[in-house]
Amino acid sequence: MSGDVPANRPPLSLHVPEPRFRPGDAVDYAHVEVPPAGSARRPEPGDAAASFHELAFGLVRVLDEENRAVGPWAPRLSPDVLRQMLRNMALVRAFDERMFRAQRQGKTSFYMKSTGEEAVSVAAAMAMQRDDMCFPSYRQQGILITRDYSLVEMMNQIYSNRGDKLQGKQLPIMYSAKDYGFFSISGNLATQYPQAVGWAMASAAKGDSRIAATWCGEGSTAEGDFHSALTFATVYRAPVIFNVVNNQWAISSFSGFAGAEATTFAARAVGYGIAGLRIDGNDALAVYAATEWAAERARTNAGPTLIEHFTYRAEGHSTSDDPTAYRSADEATGWPLGDPIRRLRDHLIAIGEWDLERHAAQDLELAEQVKRAQKEAEANGILGHGLHQPLDTLFDGVFEEMPWHLREQQAQMLAEEEASGRPWARK
Amino acid sequence: MNMIQAINSALDVMMGRDDDVLVMGEDVGYFGGVFRATAGLQQKYGKTRVFDTPITEIGIIGVAIGMGAYGLRPVPEIQFADYIYPALDQLVSEAARLRYRSAGEFTAPITVRSPYGGGIFGGQTHSQSPEGIFTHVSGIKTVIPSTPYDAKGLLIAAIEDNDPVLFLEPKRIYNGPFDGNWDRPAKNWSAHPGGAVPAGYYRIELGKAATVREGGDLTILAYGTMVHVVQAVVEEAGVDAEILDLRTLVPLDIEAIEVSVKKTGRCMIVHEATRTGGFGAELSALVTERCFHHLEAPVERVTGFDTPYPHSLEWAYFPGPVRIGQALKKIMKD
Repeated sequence: MSGDVPANRPPLSLHVPEPRFRPGDAVDYAHVEVPPAGSARRPEPGDAAASFHELAFGLVRVLDEENRAVGPWAPRLSPDVLRQMLRNMALVRAFDERMFRAQRQGKTSFYMKSTGEEAVSVAAAMAMQRDDMCFPSYRQQGILITRDYSLVEMMNQIYSNRGDKLQGKQLPIMYSAKDYGFFSISGNLATQYPQAVGWAMASAAKGDSRIAATWCGEGSTAEGDFHSALTFATVYRAPVIFNVVNNQWAISSFSGFAGAEATTFAARAVGYGIAGLRIDGNDALAVYAATEWAAERARTNAGPTLIEHFTYRAEGHSTSDDPTAYRSADEATGWPLGDPIRRLRDHLIAIGEWDLERHAAQDLELAEQVKRAQKEAEANGILGHGLHQPLDTLFDGVFEEMPWHLREQQAQMLAEEEASGRPWARK
Repeated sequence: MNMIQAINSALDVMMGRDDDVLVMGEDVGYFGGVFRATAGLQQKYGKTRVFDTPITEIGIIGVAIGMGAYGLRPVPEIQFADYIYPALDQLVSEAARLRYRSAGEFTAPITVRSPYGGGIFGGQTHSQSPEGIFTHVSGIKTVIPSTPYDAKGLLIAAIEDNDPVLFLEPKRIYNGPFDGNWDRPAKNWSAHPGGAVPAGYYRIELGKAATVREGGDLTILAYGTMVHVVQAVVEEAGVDAEILDLRTLVPLDIEAIEVSVKKTGRCMIVHEATRTGGFGAELSALVTERCFHHLEAPVERVTGFDTPYPHSLEWAYFPGPVRIGQALKKIMKD
């Protein structure tokens, strides 16, 4: 087609979003509206979804500038619970640091950190019941850590070693832990969204009391699965919590490519008739309170909730990513909602239940804990040291029972192995 | 029973036996399905076990997978196989892979029912045979019945199976067998032995072909509607063909195929689906690899053409008696 424009009509123009700051740009977050902590109202968990309009466009915040917990959303947790929350978040960060380094040392092929987003998974998991089912994306390792899943098991999976429960079949960090209410992670984005709804519908259909929660990034909300899931959830009033972790970036694409220039992600809930809350994702108490509220709504058959966690992906997308190639290095440090661990730490200090010395000691202790776990996991092998799984497990689990064509291929593979003379062939 | 009644009966039997079996899909609830396959089930088992869904195939399959992970045994329906593509990611990346990727922690014991195939003036989007897309996916089973008796027994086995099963129902033969002669009066199932269907529980093992006609001169591999078309052509031509109804494409009954082709020395494969990359290619390769020294003629494939399914030109497209008859002459001449 030519670009000819009829003389009497103005030419159209295509809008292609562009992030505010590229590498080298000075960062100014004046455009990010941060309402005062405590200013958002807290509705009843059974309120009609249509009444949540301003909550879907606002920002629920609990921790104020003086590190106090204020307003109707303050969850009034005991100091012990707050310290546990802080510890869980710090453990996630220590784990991430160590595993990122392990990847850089060539001990595994891949890793993804959740730096800056620890509250989103840890506080949410703490607000749910232990037997509620989570359908996470790849950046909610905090759920496993909060539910006391073994760090060694996590590392075994990352190393695809002899101890890996998933038999070396999955890319590192694609955990699966059924007994911990942690659904098998898929590489395909947003597929877990309708699956979580189905799990929740099944629970409701069976008269169970358990609920489901699922997580995706803001980028993944563009997938068709997101729309299907929200439609199903509202139609059947499924007891499910949708978490959208808006960390501003989907690899190199800023949130504008998921629609953030025009509206909020919580506002998507409005059109579906789902309760929508937009919250400060770096405020662990806001995450806890919103999740507790949404869980109560789900548990009383009042329907689903979508929570947009407004946060920032402080580091690269993965070990395969270099964020300095597409965004300003100042973005993370200047982020107006700060760091979730630091904010909770300062809150505990402000209420006289913590101090910097204890915090430093805890960081050391957690680093040691992770190091010990790493040593234990590495005793089972690391990826760089050849294959650790019995070779014929490659064919296990395609089907419940192995059909003839897989048995034939398995025999072929073992014959190849015999011919190669390598030592790790036998089960 | 006709095939719709047999399918309805299978669902009824399984819902009666197992509280975890549930039926979901577009129009399957109150209305009983656009082909009536789920008629009466909602009234009998209630709305939480048989329910209508929004029009989103991603959602139908994704939700069914989640229900399967919970411990239920969902039987979702995709109204036409032509409309299964939006759900492809959920089927291929999720249902088929869940057991493997979680080392057995989670499974997807779902049975996806879907009417498929042409011969009904369904045009481009009510006639397709997409089985070859799914037979290429490791972790999913593909089943296609050709009689009411088989439809019920295979569907019960599929629902009981702990792996995801794609259950494709040839809608051309829902009401009666079809011999490919579209200009002759339609038959119904009452005169066909496959129309005799027990009311209660029985199952037909997945992965087993049926020999619908014994013969010594050649082996014909077919499934779904084409089983009946092939049968009629063979009788009319007076060829002593052995006809195998594969019934399950994955896992395939390779033993039955090998035994038959080694006996007859010739093999013809017939399916409605388009030719290139179709399941016939896999069958042809397997027969050639495993029966090479017994073959007296090249393996012959009779299929739909490599075009979208046409509307007015349906009977020129459909692999009917003329195309099959010519292929028969060709393979017997060699």
